[in-house]
This record gives sequence, structure tokens and C-alpha cells, in this order.
Amino acid sequence: MKYFLLVFAVIMAISARSAQAQTDLIERGKTLFRAADCAACHLSSDGQTLSGGKAFPLPFGTVYAVNITPDRETGIGAYTDEQWLRMMRTGVDRNGRHLYPVMPYTSYTFLNDADTLAIKAYLFTLKPVQAKAPENRLPFPFNQRWVMTFWNWFNNPDRRMTTDPHRTPEWNRGAYLVEALGHCDQCHTPRNFMFGLSGKAYAGTVQVGWRAYNLTSDTEHGLGGWSDSELFEYLSTGYAPHRGPASGPMAEAIENSLRYLPAEDIRAMIVYLRSIPARPNGPQRGKRVPGASGENEDVGRHIFQQACMGCHLENGAGRQSDWGALKGAHSLSDPAATNIIGVLRTGTSIKTEHGKMAMPSFTKAYTPQELAAISEYVLGHFGGVKAQIEPDRFKN
Amino acid sequence: MRKPRDIGAILNRRAFFRGTLAFGGGMLLSGMIPGLPGAQADTKGVFIPNAFIRIDRSGGITLIMRHAEMGQGIYTGIAMLIAEELEVDLEQVTLEAAPADPSRYTDSAAGEEVTGGSASTRDSWLPLRQAGAAARIMLVAAAASRWNVPPESCAAQHGQIIHVPTGRTLSYGDLAEEAALQKVPEKIILKDPSTFRLIGTSPQRLDTKPKSNGTAIFGMDVRVPGMKIGRIMASPIQRGRLISYDSVAARAIPGVVDIITLQDVIAVIGDHSWAAIKGLEAANPQWDSGPHAAVSTKTLMDDLRRASDRTGLVAKNTGDVDAALAACSHRIDAVYELPFLAHAALEPINTTLHIRPNGADVWVGTQVPVRARQEVANATGLPPEKIAIHNHVIGGGFGRRLDSGSIGQAARLAKQMPYPVKLFWTREEDIQQDQFRPFYYDRISAGLNKQGRIAAWKHRTTGSYVTARWAPEGLQNGLDTDTVDGAVETPYDIPVQRNESVQCEPEGLTTLWWRGVGPTHNVFVVESMMDELAHLAENDPLDFRRSMLGHSPRGLKVLNEAARKSGWGTPLPSGHGRGIALHYSFQTWAATVLEVQVTDDNAIRLVRADTAVDCGPVVFPDAVRAQIQGGLIFGLTMALYNEITVTNGRVDQSNFHDYRMMRINEAPDIRVHLVPDLSADIGGIGEVGTVAAAPALANAIFAATGHRLRKIPFLSQMAGKSA
Amino acid sequence: MITIRINNESHQLDVTDDMPLLWVLRDILGLTGTKYGCGVAQCGACTIHIDGIPTRACQLPVSLIGDRHITTIEAIGNTREGARIQAVWLQNQVIQCGYCQSGQIMAATALLRDNPNPTDDDIDDAMSGNICRCGTYVRIREAIHQAANNA
Repeated sequence: MKYFLLVFAVIMAISARSAQAQTDLIERGKTLFRAADCAACHLSSDGQTLSGGKAFPLPFGTVYAVNITPDRETGIGAYTDEQWLRMMRTGVDRNGRHLYPVMPYTSYTFLNDADTLAIKAYLFTLKPVQAKAPENRLPFPFNQRWVMTFWNWFNNPDRRMTTDPHRTPEWNRGAYLVEALGHCDQCHTPRNFMFGLSGKAYAGTVQVGWRAYNLTSDTEHGLGGWSDSELFEYLSTGYAPHRGPASGPMAEAIENSLRYLPAEDIRAMIVYLRSIPARPNGPQRGKRVPGASGENEDVGRHIFQQACMGCHLENGAGRQSDWGALKGAHSLSDPAATNIIGVLRTGTSIKTEHGKMAMPSFTKAYTPQELAAISEYVLGHFGGVKAQIEPDRFKN
Repeated sequence: MRKPRDIGAILNRRAFFRGTLAFGGGMLLSGMIPGLPGAQADTKGVFIPNAFIRIDRSGGITLIMRHAEMGQGIYTGIAMLIAEELEVDLEQVTLEAAPADPSRYTDSAAGEEVTGGSASTRDSWLPLRQAGAAARIMLVAAAASRWNVPPESCAAQHGQIIHVPTGRTLSYGDLAEEAALQKVPEKIILKDPSTFRLIGTSPQRLDTKPKSNGTAIFGMDVRVPGMKIGRIMASPIQRGRLISYDSVAARAIPGVVDIITLQDVIAVIGDHSWAAIKGLEAANPQWDSGPHAAVSTKTLMDDLRRASDRTGLVAKNTGDVDAALAACSHRIDAVYELPFLAHAALEPINTTLHIRPNGADVWVGTQVPVRARQEVANATGLPPEKIAIHNHVIGGGFGRRLDSGSIGQAARLAKQMPYPVKLFWTREEDIQQDQFRPFYYDRISAGLNKQGRIAAWKHRTTGSYVTARWAPEGLQNGLDTDTVDGAVETPYDIPVQRNESVQCEPEGLTTLWWRGVGPTHNVFVVESMMDELAHLAENDPLDFRRSMLGHSPRGLKVLNEAARKSGWGTPLPSGHGRGIALHYSFQTWAATVLEVQVTDDNAIRLVRADTAVDCGPVVFPDAVRAQIQGGLIFGLTMALYNEITVTNGRVDQSNFHDYRMMRINEAPDIRVHLVPDLSADIGGIGEVGTVAAAPALANAIFAATGHRLRKIPFLSQMAGKSA
Repeated sequence: MITIRINNESHQLDVTDDMPLLWVLRDILGLTGTKYGCGVAQCGACTIHIDGIPTRACQLPVSLIGDRHITTIEAIGNTREGARIQAVWLQNQVIQCGYCQSGQIMAATALLRDNPNPTDDDIDDAMSGNICRCGTYVRIREAIHQAANNA
């Protein structure tokens, strides 16, 4: 009897340990899943499940996010570990079909085996949702997935990240977070003629209608002028004093991913970002672009008084919260007003520890001319940038 | 003699009930006017001469308001009517909302206890002065009897009876008990208008002090001990059903206490509104889309356009219009289109209820308390007399609170809860689940004779029949006269005229009246067309109208006044233009001249409006001005900006970022010029200002730019022109 | 527990960090003069003062207030400008349905305090964020000018 109890206790202890290991794995997978910001693309339109469906209008057609819940038929439920690693690194799915590089496998390829599989382990704990993604809409030749083979030759490094012994562990951690998990370059690095990432790493570019800013150390164009504490606050809350709030896809990245990262991870990212060589490219923050005063100044000011001041205040300082503060925002230095147009067209929203901060789209109630006038007013009044914005940019 | 009724479908019911009652200078009271039963005294010696007045022994004078106060100032106007004859000062009275009680508070001209159709003052003008006078006569009789003097030697003033020869006085409170024992007078002579102390003056409104310091209690503000608060969401597509929701997630929100559902509705109940709001978000209700999922603005418009090809019900037919049109050398054939509109009152829909096994209390702001009570009775099975409706000041009606469906919805939910509950709609729900002002599609043809005057006029309107749903007995041989109100009886001399109306109900949407009712629709068409014809005749729009007002001298008067005050004909800066519109609606004549500026890139700036009004006897001149000012802004907002559209069965708009409201920096300077004909029948005012807005604006834009706008809203079209 | 100071009184609240001040005022504290109109800071019906700055309570999470001081319509009459605005509002019969007017009065009070003699443009700046569906704008403008002239 004693013997039996002893065996039982040992078995229990072992299974408890492996259960604990499994729990740890899933918890780790969840953390990595967040750091890899899978939700940014795969969250369903109601924001409730990872069943995909989101459309990505690209220069060569529209691609839809797939279902990454563990549904065997429409999701990832049938993936083996081996198939999963191959998909995450080479962009070839379980059925041997090439994915399009909207899926950032050229970044995820840097992830090590354990981390890649931990993400899978976490995803497999979710409730399976049966939801088939819409068929991609791509013209010839882009609908020929096999052409991706050649694309990958040029654009996918297909290797794991190795530690750089000349750098600090913190820098190495930051590199892994920025390059592999966070796949920041997928938005912030200009693409080449093949839609692959160009050599101008992190020099900033426009993607899916939004300007992803220059993240290099350039003091005028990039992050060189930002203090560590500004960067820290921005990345972990979506707002930094005198830098404006994050909006559009960056707000989503913070909401779904960055705000969950431990403080030391954010600090590691900052260390890494600091090391990116400066590239003067894109709008210059704080640069006043003189020019003729827009004819629409009165119209812009009037609309701003009505529809914008409720949150932004007449001086742009933000009324209810800092997330409404416009002053100092990078978007105000962009004469093309890309992100101002983005928020006016589609709205923006970010979840914070104080609740959701959101701005709706204004295109249904205001005319393209009025929206162009607001953009000009905001650029001129708060950014010192005189620009002429074509109303057509507010038309579909 | 009143002109044929023209005041909206509510007033179809007015027409229906007209003739069952006769009003005159002196009349019998007992048994004649609902709401004026014989006097009664309760055990405490309170004098209740009729349903509208209560005087207690301490001198407290309470006036009971059968019409809902929703901003129009009716509490003050009605109090003035009663107080004028009762001989009390407004400072002496306390106001109280009437309960739901058809036996006492039916608006006899309208046929039910209802506030709408700019009818409140008109329908109270005689009976409520009589109610005040009857009470005064009984108080005089009580004093005369106490003093043992002839009643003729006594006079009433400022809440006291004076024995004139001796100067002795008794307050109304002192006389309450004895007055209650007096006979209700059979003959009442009302005061001569020359002796009015209150009517025709502009006192401080009685409802606004509490509205200035946050103490007014709107329906939304009701707080009952033990009350929970619930947010309602209904299927975004009509007749869609609730198929699932996440109860666990909703209940995980701090403060959520309950989730209550109907077939097509979910309500999350919390300790406070925030719990209910977040709880409903977390519940993430899923709906099946039901039978109307394919409806869109385009399918609705296609249906409407097709329906407009049919011959409609004939509302007026003088002469052979087709022959007369064929004989015209100059003619215009036009189509005018008006969109669906939301009411967008600033106070969203809400109802607070406590439903118990043996009775219910309901706190709500409603234009129809008896219907509200019936809704609760239907939902709960309680007898109506066990249901108390506590009516509150309303944060904007504009027709929305003429419908009681939301109260029925709330009652069906609340009967599942043992506790009192406030159930509210968010702004999004309020816009998307509104009952919309119908769209209309109007085909109109008119021709000129050689003198450049109108020879023939043919107007067919196609749209929803709100009356068919709301008050089917008000249809006249199947015709909803609201759809042709303002079209059949124009101010102008038109020898040959035909009006038709085609019913076309929009699939998947419910329709309801909206400020200005029929005339807001038809006067846009008629007065725009008048402008088109004036230009066709190469005549000034003002002179063209003047030449055809032979049977409308009051119309000519207001037209001339508006023109004179606006400086019609004087030069304007480049890019500016003036538009004019004249109409007779709700028994009131009004003319508006609007000046606009249209910039090079087609931005529209409203500069100034002048409206001349003749509404007959004026009870409360300042309220008349306020209603014209506000009504005009209400109409200009619609004409410039508003349109409810539908995609896949769902309303596209949801809040003020996509359903635009005029702001102070867009509002024109508005001047109101009163030119009342005191001998005329009293007219309505709440709806009047809205009516002329769209045509005056369309005509002004034409004057400024040469662009003729036949479709509302205007702003997006003007923006399109500059693209 | 969150402590906030409203109309010179301190309140201890057991609410979530994201709860907008609007619902704290209306549902927890019973200060129903501050209205819910849109929930998205577009209509201004919920305007209160936070350290004197007109702010939309519907978009103000209670956890962001800190030790700043809140004034609502119920207490604005205790300030010189608030009482003045309330008085001219009544004299000019500005108010119709009244649902937006708490917010209008709060906005106008701050304007008058910061700018004793506002121009039409200043009034537009201060008041265009407040929707009045009854269309009382003409009188709001007149009333503010009157308040300025007699201040």
C-alpha cells in the first residue's frame, strides 16, 4: 500500500510537472503571439476571434487574412509542427501553396523553433471557428502562387537569427523583438519593385494608405530627436507628450501587441532602434513648409470648430485626454497629409488602460472639399505646413 | 371659415373629429368638452373645477398640462391661456404634466391625448380659456356667497376675489372649499381681447429656469430607488432575430446584473449605464439577417420610382390638366426627390418602468401618453388604469415621440425584471432604429400662359403613408392627405390643377412624421417649382408670386413684408443670392427670404433669413419668434446635410459624425417679423419655420449660381458640381 | 477606489478606470444635469469644467482626472460668469427643449471667463462643438454678447 501511494505520488508529480510545462508553453506562446502581433491581421471584423477575413488592398490586388483558429477545415487545426515551421519560415502552407508576403514570413523566419512552436501551441488552445477567408482577388500573373518561388529567392533570407556577440544582450533582445517578432520593417521599410523590402531599412514609406514613419536615427526625419522616455511612452501607451497619438495601423499594433510587452522588452526595442543608421527620408518633423495660405482656410477652420475641437481643443492640445493631442504629431509635418487623410477617412481607435480612445470616420457627413480643407487647416495651423490637398483623395 | 385641413396626418384625425364639437363665444360646458367634468372637492377641500386646475386651501394653484413640453414653450402658452381667464399671475402657478386619461385630456380636435401638428395652442385657445373662466366664475360665486353680496359686485385679480365697493378681499385658497360646492357655470363669456393681461405678452418661460441649472428632469434623468439601468439593442435589420450572444463575457463586465432578450432585442442591465454599455458590447449579439437583408437605398429608390409611374389617388382635379398643359407654350416637367430623415432629437429614446404584478409606473417623455399606456398594457396584460404614465419634459420631439413603440419594447423587457429599470437607446440605436421621415418622389409639370402666369399644374407625389399605420381611420377614401398637404392648396391662383398621391411603403423601414410634416415635403416642391416658372417667365420670383395671390391677401401681406425687410431687389456682393418661399401651413401664413453665399469651390454659407409670419392671434410672441428661428435651422440642417441611407438592410448613419447637425458657426442671422391678423383663426407655429427652409435655400442657391437643386440634401450635390 | 473632487466635494468611487465621468456624475452621484447626447464628443451636451476647461464628460475616463477639479452645471451658478450666463440665457429666452443647454451654458461660461468681450468668431470657436437640435443658435449668440456688454 505504501509502495502504491509512493508510485502514485511520483506519477502525479511528473504529470503535474508536464502539465505545468504545457501551461508555461502556452503562456509563453501567448506572449510571443502578442509580440508577433498576429491579431493585427487575423482578427475578425467584430474583433472577437482570429478567424481572419480582413482585406489587404495591395498594389497588385487584394489579399485576405486567413483563419488562424484551430479549426481543422478552415483554420490551422491540421498543421503538424513540421508544416508549421515550414509555413512560418518559407511561406509555403500545409498544402504546398505559396503564401503572399503580406504574411510576414520573411520576418518570422528569424524566430527560433521553440518560439515558433510556442505560438502554435497557444493558437491551438483557442476555440476553433469555422470561417473560410474570401478568395484573394489578384490579376494574372499575381494569381499564380508559384511565382512566389522566385520572389522568395530574392526576398526571403530564410534563416534564424543569431546572437551578435559584439552587441549587448539587450540589443540582441531588441533586434529579435523588432526584426523577428514585431516585423516592424514590413511597414516601415520601403519596398522594392518586387514588393520585397528594399535596402533602405526603416526609412519610412506609405503602405495600405498610411504613412509608416522613418524609424532610423535621423534627427530630422526619424527617431533621433525622440528621447528614450518619449519612445517608451509612445510604444507602450500609444501617446507621448508633444509627439501626438498613434493612429491607424500603428494604433492597432500598440493595442494588440506592444502594450502587452514587458517594460524591459520595450526598452530593448528602443536600444535596437537607436542603432539603425540614419536615413534622411520622408517628412521632416517640425519643419515648417511655407507657402501661400490656403483658400480654404475659413472652411477648414469652421469644420474644425464643429467636428474636431470636441476632442482636440482649439489649440490642438487635446481636450479629454492626451490621445486627442495633435500638437507635435509626426503626421502634421507631412505635406501629403497621408495619415490625416487616413484618420478622417477611416477613423482610428486604440485601447488603453483608461479605456478605448477613438475617432470616427467623417466622410459620410463632410464633403471631400471640406475634408481637404480641414486637412489643410490642421497642417497649416498646427504643423506650420502649407499644403494643397486634393479633395479627390477623399473619394473612393 | 377655416380652409380645408392641411396640417398633417394627425390632423386627418382632426378633420375626422371636427364637427362633433362646436365652439362658440358662450357655450354649455357640462358634458360637452372632454376634460371639463363638473367640479369636485376631495376630502381635503381642494377645488378642482375641471381637469386643468387645482386650487388647494393654502392657495397653491396647479395647472395640469395635457400637452407635452418639448421645447416649443407650450407649458407657458397654455398656462397663459388658463391664467388669463382665471385671473392669476404666472408666478402663482405650478405646472404638472397630465396623466394618461382620455376621459379628461383628449385634445378634442385631434381626437386623442396628443401633442403634435402645431395644434396645441389652436386646440386650447377656446377650451382652456373657458376652463380658467369657469373656475373664476365659481370662485366669484363662492366669495359673493360668503359675503352675501351680488357676484357682479366682485372682481377677480391676481389670485384674489375683491368685493369692489368695500375693497374686501379673499384669496383663492380661502375660497377653495366653498368654490368646490358651486355649480359649474353653464354660460361663459370670455374676456375681450383688449383686456388681455397675459395673452400677447412674452413672459419668462415657466419651464426654462430648471433647464438652465441642471435641475429639470427629462425622461433620461429619472432616478427611482432600487433602479437598474439597461441598454437596449434591436436587430439592425428589421425582423432579424437574435441568434446568439456571449453571456459569459457580458456578465464578466463589472456592474452587469442581467441580460434580457426578446426575439429581436437584447438588453444588458447594469448598476449603471456604463456597465450596460460595455456589457452589451461584450455580449456581441449575433443576428440572423431576416427577410430584408437585400434592401438598399438603391432598391428602395427603384421601388419608389417605379411606383411613381402609376396613377395615384386624386387629391384635387380642376379642369383637364393634360389638355391645358399641352396648350402651354412654355412648360417645365421636373422630378423632385426628398430623402429619409432621422429625427435625431438630442435626448435619445428612453423609458423607465417599474412593472409589478398588480400595476406599473412608467416615467417617460411622450407626445402620446394614452398610447404609451396602452403599449404597456399590451405588453404586460395589466389593465390600463393600473398603469401610471408620468410624463416628463422631452429633450426634443420633432415627431419622434408621437410613436410609442419604443415604450412597448421597453415594457416587454421590463416585465421580465422585478426591479425598476431605466432602459435607454444609445445615440447609435436612436439614429439606426428611428422611424424615418419618408422619402418622396414628386413628378411635377406646370405651364405658363401668354401673360406669363400659371395655366396648368400637375403634381404627383409618391411616398409612404404614415397615417395608414398611425391612424388608419384618418385616411380619406384611402388617401393620406398629409402626403399632399401644401400641394393641393397652394397660395396661388391656378386655374387648372391636378394632384395625385401614390402610396409606396419602403421595405424594411418604418416611417413617421417629422417636423413640418406634409408641408416640409410639398412646399419644397411647390416653391421650387414656382421659382423655376418665374425664371421661365423671365420674371422676378417675387413679382411672379405676387401676380397670382388674388385669393390670398394674407399671403401677399407676409410676402411683401419678408421682401421689404430682407431688402429684396437691392444689390448683393458677387456669389450671393436671395431665395424666397411662401406658404400657408398649420393655418399660419409665412414667407421667408434667405440670403446665401456660394464660394468658388461651392461651399455654401447661410447669411441671413427674414421670415414674416401671420399666425392670427398671437398668444406668446417670443415663442413664435423662437419657433421660427429654430424651425428654420431645423429645416436648413436637413436641406443641406441630411439623408438616411441603407446598405444590406442596415441604416448607414449612426451618430453626429455621419448624420450632420448644423452648428452655431453655420447658422444664419434670422429675423422674424410678426404681422398678425388678429381677426383670423389662430394658427400653429411649431412646424411652420421648418417648412420654407429647403425651397428658400434651393432658390437662393439658384440665384447665386444658376444651379437648380431638385434633390435634398444639397451640400453633397454642390460639392459634386465643383469636382 | 478613485477619489475625485466635484463641485468642491470629494467623492470616493468604486468604479472601473475606463468609466467615463459622464456616467459617474449621472448614475453614481445623481448629478443628472450633465446630459448624454452622443457618447463620442460630437454634441457637447455632457460638457463640464475640469480645472475650468470645458471638457466632454462622455469621453473622459474617470481615472484620467486625478486631482483636477470638476465643476458641473449644478454648481456653475456659484461662479460669477456662470451666474451671468444663466441670467442672460433666461432673459433672452434662449432655451427651448433644454437638453443641450447645460452643455451650452458650461461652454459659454468658460468663454466669458477667458474672454470678457468675445467677437462672433470667438463665439464660433467656443460654441461650435455644442449641437442644439432646436436651433437656438441665434439667441445663444445674442445672449453671449449681452453678457459681455453688461459684464
